[in-house]
Amino acid sequence: MKKSSAKGGLKFDTKWSYAPAPETPDHIQLKEKYDLFINGKFTAPSSKKYFDTINPATEKKIASVADANAADVDKAVTAARTAQQKVWSKISAAERGKYIYRIARVMQEKARELAIIESIDGGKPIRESRDIDVPLAAAHFFYYAGWADKLEYAFPGKKPAPLGVAGQIIPWNFPLLMAAWKIAPALAAGNTVVLKPAETTPLTALKLAEILQEADLPPGVVNIITGAGATGAAIVNHPGIDKIAFTGSTDVGKIIQKALAGTDKKYTLELGGKAANIIFEDAAIDQAVEGIVNGIFFNQGHVCCAGSRLFVQEGIAKEVIRKLKDRIQTLIVGDPLDKNTDIGAINSKAQLNKIKSLVQIGIKEGGECWQSDCDVPSKGFWFRPTLFTNVAQSSTIVQEEIFGPVLAIQTFRTVEEVIEKANNTPYGLSGGVWTDKGSKVFKVSSKLRAGVIWANTYNKFDPTSPFGGYKESGVGREGGLHGLSPYLKMY
Amino acid sequence: MATKTAIKNTSASTSKRLDVKKTYKIYIDGKFPRTESGRFYALKDTSGNVIANVCRGSRKDLRDAVVSNRKAQNDWSKRSAYNKAQILYRIAETLEGRKAQFIDTMMKEGYKESNAKAEVEAAIDLLVYYAGWSDKYIQVFSSVNPVESSHFNFSYPEPTGIVNVICPQNLALLGIISHAAPVIIGGNTCTLVVAEKHPLTAIEFAEVIHASDLPGGVINIITGYRKEFIAHASSHMDVNAIIYSDVDQEQRKTIQINAALNVKRVVDYSKEEALSPYRIMSCQEIKTTWHPIGI
Repeated sequence: MKKSSAKGGLKFDTKWSYAPAPETPDHIQLKEKYDLFINGKFTAPSSKKYFDTINPATEKKIASVADANAADVDKAVTAARTAQQKVWSKISAAERGKYIYRIARVMQEKARELAIIESIDGGKPIRESRDIDVPLAAAHFFYYAGWADKLEYAFPGKKPAPLGVAGQIIPWNFPLLMAAWKIAPALAAGNTVVLKPAETTPLTALKLAEILQEADLPPGVVNIITGAGATGAAIVNHPGIDKIAFTGSTDVGKIIQKALAGTDKKYTLELGGKAANIIFEDAAIDQAVEGIVNGIFFNQGHVCCAGSRLFVQEGIAKEVIRKLKDRIQTLIVGDPLDKNTDIGAINSKAQLNKIKSLVQIGIKEGGECWQSDCDVPSKGFWFRPTLFTNVAQSSTIVQEEIFGPVLAIQTFRTVEEVIEKANNTPYGLSGGVWTDKGSKVFKVSSKLRAGVIWANTYNKFDPTSPFGGYKESGVGREGGLHGLSPYLKMY
Repeated sequence: MATKTAIKNTSASTSKRLDVKKTYKIYIDGKFPRTESGRFYALKDTSGNVIANVCRGSRKDLRDAVVSNRKAQNDWSKRSAYNKAQILYRIAETLEGRKAQFIDTMMKEGYKESNAKAEVEAAIDLLVYYAGWSDKYIQVFSSVNPVESSHFNFSYPEPTGIVNVICPQNLALLGIISHAAPVIIGGNTCTLVVAEKHPLTAIEFAEVIHASDLPGGVINIITGYRKEFIAHASSHMDVNAIIYSDVDQEQRKTIQINAALNVKRVVDYSKEEALSPYRIMSCQEIKTTWHPIGI
């Protein structure tokens, strides 16, 4: 691996040392064993089975977590149905909203604890869980709380009504935030919930269950059950479910869409992506470089909307790649709890192996691979930030979602060419455009076939901002006004 | 003089004059080809007499149609809302002028005169209705989102892309217009698999759109047996959405299973009234754009 050096100014090839600045985990409250949260209580699983959740930065066990089987799913769905019919649909919409506000408030009070647990369980840097995941999750509850008693103003000409019981299956990359994206609009719309967090990151969802207890949310309104794929399948196939909300891979999304065929269940799917991040010659280069880094290395690249395909206009390609490498050399990979850390641990061994194997394919297919030579800890799952040049549209690493800190770089000459290349993918979740020219922003952003376009910025999220994909990146939107309708029947 | 003689000759032998029968072909890419398969089915009137040999379209026809839809989609979605509205309105105008022809054809296909008249008029009015939505649905269903950070953030609908439509079996003309108008006014292009018993109305409607400045490939019309199209229409990998309203339970399941191959949007129009902008929205994607505010 080559080392890079900058001419004049900052010397990036010297070792920068930072004193460790770890967040202390001593005040967090975790149990050794977590049961299933059904009907307002933690309940032992019928399966009698538990699995371990580990810290991907140390490979040490944090807690054991119940493995819900079909009988447990049935209990949770029954509890949700009863709560929907007897409680949640009976209280006034304003009161419903007030419960959701309460949840937001308790989350804010416990923000620091939640952030630390998120980083321990999932591997993401504390700076991100502290500044993005947790505050955004609370903000989602706060935003949707206010919709509960205003639904009749949301959809012109329609009378909205809840669907019933929503089954929600969420991924491991933003565990608490995804739980908030799913639960908040569902509750505001008057539904009750059975939520399954991912098997590698169940802890913040289980802490959320404690918060729901603390907020006095009526039993059964939200049920949180843990388990792996089989548990998810049992939720999808349960006849008592009215709606499935899934965030995860396109492969699993297709299996779910197929499984729901012939039923009356509604669904929203937030699936994979392979976003183009496009840098034009007239862009503010240094800002664009920051945007590229944020686009692909945010959350170790475990982001469905990651800017994993970089398109640089030919005239500036050399400069951008040089600056990018210099910048990447400064990124610190290591302890997720250290506030200096830029890139934390890869979420699981399985994911690390997947990233490694795709990078090997990239090299085998002729791609030129460059990696930062930063230090990584000896224990745990780590992957250095990685760039590929000399790749083509047909390269596996340009076509397939890697879900890791790996960027594929291509060049282009004209606007038409880059639009064609950017859209040449079955995915259509997000995209980035960097240029100082307003008219070019609007031309390119309106031509990209993707649900979220960041112009001169990247990876920004907000509860008021709809998120979701075109084509094989999913069906439906989450967030904002447009994220409400998938949880409503409209008359 | 020669013309006069010709008219005279014809009128003199009115009783013996042989009708010129029309060949009904399918409509793809602004042209009227025969089905690639060379197959036909005989359309019969209520007394069992053959009225026409109708194209029994094939998978290849559908694939050709989708290629043409894709080719037309970019230009069509770029047309201004005003232009799209005027073209839809133009279709209504052309249809109004051919009311008598459509009533006549629908009666051949088994309609009572009063029902045919009512349906043609409703269909014309529905076109005018959707023409009017062209420059309004985006306003009604867009939003500017008050994000916390210093960004200008807005969301608006864009066409999903290419839509295959399984038209209802029992409405010769209204079935087509109530299923195609919301789709194309939203900037999508579509291929219609039309009612087996009403192919003549469908192809005569193709002649109407052909004469109304609608670009080729925006609406393609294929006649044939529905059961032969269900699997192909729902499994085609370059189709973004599929609409139906009266398929049976088994066909519905087939469509939904196949749709998962490329995460197609599956839309049941029977769940939404004919006069509803939510029909348009069912084949729209919401795009959200962020831009920093600052210097």
